[in-house]
Amino acid sequence: MARPKANDRLIRISLLVVALSAISILAIITIFIFEQGLPIMAKYGLKNFLLGQDWFPSEKSFGLLPMIVGSLLVTLGALLIGVPLGLASAIFLTEFSTRRVSRILKPVIELLSGIPSVVYGFLGLMFLVPFIRETFGGPGLSVLSASIILGIMILPTIISISIDSIRAVPDSYREGSMALGATKWQTVRMVVLPAARSGLVAGIILGMGRAIGETMAVIMVAGNAADLPGSLLAPVRTLTSNIALEMAYASGEHRQALFATGVILFVIIMILNFLANLTARKQSRK
Amino acid sequence: MNSESKKYGDTFHQANRQSFFSKKFLKDNILTGHFYLVVYLILGAFCFFNFSACRPNSGREEIIVAGSTSIQPFTDEWAELFMEKDAKVVINVQGGGSSAGIMAVKEKTADIGLSSRELKQDEKDLMEITVAYDGLAIIVHPSNSVNNLSIEQVRSIFAGEITNWKILNSTDKTITVVVREEGSGTRGAFQEMVMGQRRISKKAIVEDSNGVVREIVSRDENSIGFISLGLVNDRVKAIALEGVRPSEEAIVKGEYGLRRPFLFLVLEEPRGLLKEFIDFVLSDEIQSRLPQEGLIPVKKIPADTGFERREE
Repeated sequence: MARPKANDRLIRISLLVVALSAISILAIITIFIFEQGLPIMAKYGLKNFLLGQDWFPSEKSFGLLPMIVGSLLVTLGALLIGVPLGLASAIFLTEFSTRRVSRILKPVIELLSGIPSVVYGFLGLMFLVPFIRETFGGPGLSVLSASIILGIMILPTIISISIDSIRAVPDSYREGSMALGATKWQTVRMVVLPAARSGLVAGIILGMGRAIGETMAVIMVAGNAADLPGSLLAPVRTLTSNIALEMAYASGEHRQALFATGVILFVIIMILNFLANLTARKQSRK
Repeated sequence: MNSESKKYGDTFHQANRQSFFSKKFLKDNILTGHFYLVVYLILGAFCFFNFSACRPNSGREEIIVAGSTSIQPFTDEWAELFMEKDAKVVINVQGGGSSAGIMAVKEKTADIGLSSRELKQDEKDLMEITVAYDGLAIIVHPSNSVNNLSIEQVRSIFAGEITNWKILNSTDKTITVVVREEGSGTRGAFQEMVMGQRRISKKAIVEDSNGVVREIVSRDENSIGFISLGLVNDRVKAIALEGVRPSEEAIVKGEYGLRRPFLFLVLEEPRGLLKEFIDFVLSDEIQSRLPQEGLIPVKKIPADTGFERREE
């Protein structure tokens, strides 16, 4: 009689310890980033960090605006490319393809997410960048190439989560819609997608998180100029690239400024997640 | 939600009141699989905390070297040769970059720091030993018709004032400027020797290694960049400065101005094993091999000419 209870208690305590250690690691990282980054932001003023356009750490000029704009621009570009493609693939694989086709295609798509980001970056540098340089001009290393590479990289996330959420819509919904005389496409558009909306939004949020956090592939194809990009063909630097590029050689205030970059990235991701969750909740309430 | 968490809290406290290691507890659990979970966790924790103590300690002496990735491959080789001679020493060479190397010596996590740039004023408290010199080459695509530039022209290109090759009597194409990242030793040396007080253009493409700069320049007909002279290959063209082509000879004679020191940094006058290793690197045996690797031996350049500074 006592045994299951004791077991439960033991399991609960062990899991609690494990969970707390995972959460405390997160807390330690957060505290560390802020502890390292905030003093220099206080010293030079938050406004200079957020709105300054000049990033010359050796001259004590720490303007992060080009990188903030760069991160947002590249993420937006990735979503513009990744979301329509991803949703279309998910809708096709769940609603329109035969079982056999989707049984082959889904694992293939999931395989895409297993490719290391440096490989995406390398392929981008070898094929996409020269293609853009020769077709559209400019250096090739640009907002456009970074957006395309990131758009491809977030596809597996968006597709697999969308597939799961579309499959979770009960068949009775589809049957009801068909019974009312709706076509397949009308059913998908007006019944299935709205019912799966929260899952779709979750997939997009995760994809966005991956795009804004991706570093290696972006460094390789974006050109990393710390300047506000004047066009889609101009090079761009993101917040993550800024940290990774200069980390190795940075010391003193330069190093702290990179932590400040981390703080700003952290806050931006929090805001974006919050906004995305908010809109998802609002829409599902409607 | 509030009441739920309170309820959970209550049961948690109740559970906590009984000792886990009471006899009853052990008797109840010792035969079940969960016992292993406990053992596993304890062993895991034990191993984790003893991680640092698990290192093999065979009584051999160790020298830790860290810093500039430009010098690291050469130091690796020197260390190998030194270890072959003296089997009792282990020399551990790590990268991390010039600034990281400087910091590592100051914090005593490394015995020798490697720097491929001159020390800044606030870093001058370290002892510098120049072990070799390296040239800096301005490179373009092999198909580029420009062969020679003046320092002033190079400065204007990298400052973003000359933006088209047409001005330099070449094709009517926009120049793609490729530079290293802020804080890199190569960029620091270029800034000091070529740019002086002028800023490198914000529009320049920034890459984080000599190799990537070379790769991009070798693929983009309109690009220009700078890399370590030893790394120039036939896929890029090193252009002449003020009419002087970069070569070991021109650098030794002082005709080609872009050169930087490779520095070993130590906290104090090296003694014992550390001194033996540094002396070994400065010995003829090592120094005579440098030209094959694209570097210039220390002795070839008189100490007083040092690092050329162009400040206006």
